[in-house]
Amino acid sequence: MGRTLAEKVWDEHVVRSAEGEPDLLFIDLHLIHEVTSPQAFEGLRLAGRPVRRPDLTLATEDHNVPTLDLDKPIADPVSRTQVETLRRNAEEFGVRLHPLGDVEQGIVHVVGPQLGLTQPGMTVVCGDSHTSTHGAFGAIAFGIGTSEVEHVLATQTLPQAKPKTMAVTVNGSLPDGVTAKDLVLTLIAHTGTGGGQGYIVEYRGQAIEELSMEARMTICNMSIEWGAKAGLIAPDQVTLDYLQGRPHAPKGEDWDAAVAHWTSLVTDEDATFDKEIVLDAGAMTPFVTWGTNPGQGVPLGGSVPVPAEIADEGDRVAAEKALEYMGLAAGTPMRDIKVDTVFVGSCTNGRIEDLRAAAEVIQGRKVANDTRLLVVPGSVRVRLQAEEEGLDVVFKEAGGEWRGAGCSMCLGMNPDQLEPGERSASTSNRNFEGRQGKGGRTHLVSPLVAAATAVTGHLSSPADLPAQA
Amino acid sequence: MEKITTHTGTALPLRRSNVDTDQIIPAVYLKRVTRTGFEDGLFAAWRKDPDFVINKPEYAGASVLVAGPDFGTGSSREHAVWALMDYGFKVVVSSRFADIFRGNSGKAGLLAAQVEPDVVERLWALVEADPTTQVTVDLQAREVRAGDLVAPFQIDDYTRWRLLEGLDDIGITLSHEEDITAYEARRPTWKPATL
Repeated sequence: MGRTLAEKVWDEHVVRSAEGEPDLLFIDLHLIHEVTSPQAFEGLRLAGRPVRRPDLTLATEDHNVPTLDLDKPIADPVSRTQVETLRRNAEEFGVRLHPLGDVEQGIVHVVGPQLGLTQPGMTVVCGDSHTSTHGAFGAIAFGIGTSEVEHVLATQTLPQAKPKTMAVTVNGSLPDGVTAKDLVLTLIAHTGTGGGQGYIVEYRGQAIEELSMEARMTICNMSIEWGAKAGLIAPDQVTLDYLQGRPHAPKGEDWDAAVAHWTSLVTDEDATFDKEIVLDAGAMTPFVTWGTNPGQGVPLGGSVPVPAEIADEGDRVAAEKALEYMGLAAGTPMRDIKVDTVFVGSCTNGRIEDLRAAAEVIQGRKVANDTRLLVVPGSVRVRLQAEEEGLDVVFKEAGGEWRGAGCSMCLGMNPDQLEPGERSASTSNRNFEGRQGKGGRTHLVSPLVAAATAVTGHLSSPADLPAQA
Repeated sequence: MEKITTHTGTALPLRRSNVDTDQIIPAVYLKRVTRTGFEDGLFAAWRKDPDFVINKPEYAGASVLVAGPDFGTGSSREHAVWALMDYGFKVVVSSRFADIFRGNSGKAGLLAAQVEPDVVERLWALVEADPTTQVTVDLQAREVRAGDLVAPFQIDDYTRWRLLEGLDDIGITLSHEEDITAYEARRPTWKPATL
């Protein structure tokens, strides 16, 4: 019987398989950052164990680095300790690190792909749930906890029970102005935050095939927000075109050998999935969240739901709590919601195409009074590319702030945080209570909606803006 | 890792679904480089509310957390598990756990017992009626017992075995090192390296 893409990649990485035990999987790439690694290195040190494959390990600083005053020491002493600990550990254990100030520094999930380290058919792990991003290349990529980080450092393997497989087939084409972010937010609202639990998901269908690599990364990035173990997309010409020539991509004969293998990484015609979801891209519109989990979303043209109309008791109570936290009245049109801060960035939407999309909307316009626009590139490379294209000038002339690279306000571990009660439209991935700062209220949006919202000061799409001369 | 066979203690009823890891421990509490001391961050935002259940004196010393579905969604931070353990919880009972949280629990020695939704409801009712109710979670028998309630819970065989034996995963894997070396020898040479 045929196999799915996920099954093929899985099978290729089984080091050891035994009845009643999880498979022992080989890990091709282990990405590391400062927050989830210190206790893992400490564990190695205590046990006297080395890093087995430093050549398959890469570290960067992203979660709590500042995005301002980059020439000065990190002001927060606790963040500084964590970053310095990573530097010491990387040196002691022989792991390559791209620290603050290095041209390859940035969010770990932006850095891996842009270096060409993420390739089809690989297994990629990192102590970060958004590791699912790398699935866009046809890799099995998932987030792990710190004990597992230590396990991979020590053994370059992980014991893993084989997940079930699911297909998400998105037929048709996305309409103009509707992005990968809208697609994935629509999907999560459809499935709920637990809908993907226990599955590796393959995204397929015309709408997925028509997406750029960066847009595919946005989709796979948010796989974890509906509970999936991992999300992946079969490699195709778009994948090859993105990879060829990148620093770590294979070259010459190696490239040919790699491509020959990669092109076999598709789900066989006669393979079966344990579950399938089918969506119609043509019916999708800009999509935004109203609540405190990524599944609580509606079309931008919709309204805040009325909890009393929700049949399921658990969902109703959750909606009531979310509206109270968000300070929203049931039935309010989404477009009427006033926003204080617009955040463009993160491993979901902090790549160059995202910045280009936002800049195109902002170009020649001004950020609304009483609204703050914060643009944080996903990596130093993205920042430099954007500056070469003049995007930084577009944002700054409109009244926005242009920052250094990192996770920034996506999770507010650095000084970029919302104040209590402050409301954001954010291109990031989580609208959990307090995620962007204690008491902060987050609406998840696409880069296009973020940019239009910055101009009007309330949730908007570019189509809502008056035409420019 | 400490062995777990059976745990008995009082329980904290957390009537919430989708308790994400940002609620269990907000990111600002993740900056320690040690493995202990995370109890101060547990439910940090909710704990500021004096009416939040964990602040009620009758639930002081509870070691079994009984929560709504989709517990532990979101970030991969194992600190969420450490915070629960540092605070004194030995077991979390829920009708559905996020995958990464469940995995982290098994590694760190927190027992994540998955039960049917009605069992959560009955446990809530029991411990709300009498906060001194003793809840027993029997890993050997895969059973939750409290008052007249006896209900099975789910945990995968491998995690159960490791918890019962108190085994270190890395040690188990390194006992198969020859398999890893053999696998490394047959990997394609064009696969990328960072050094």
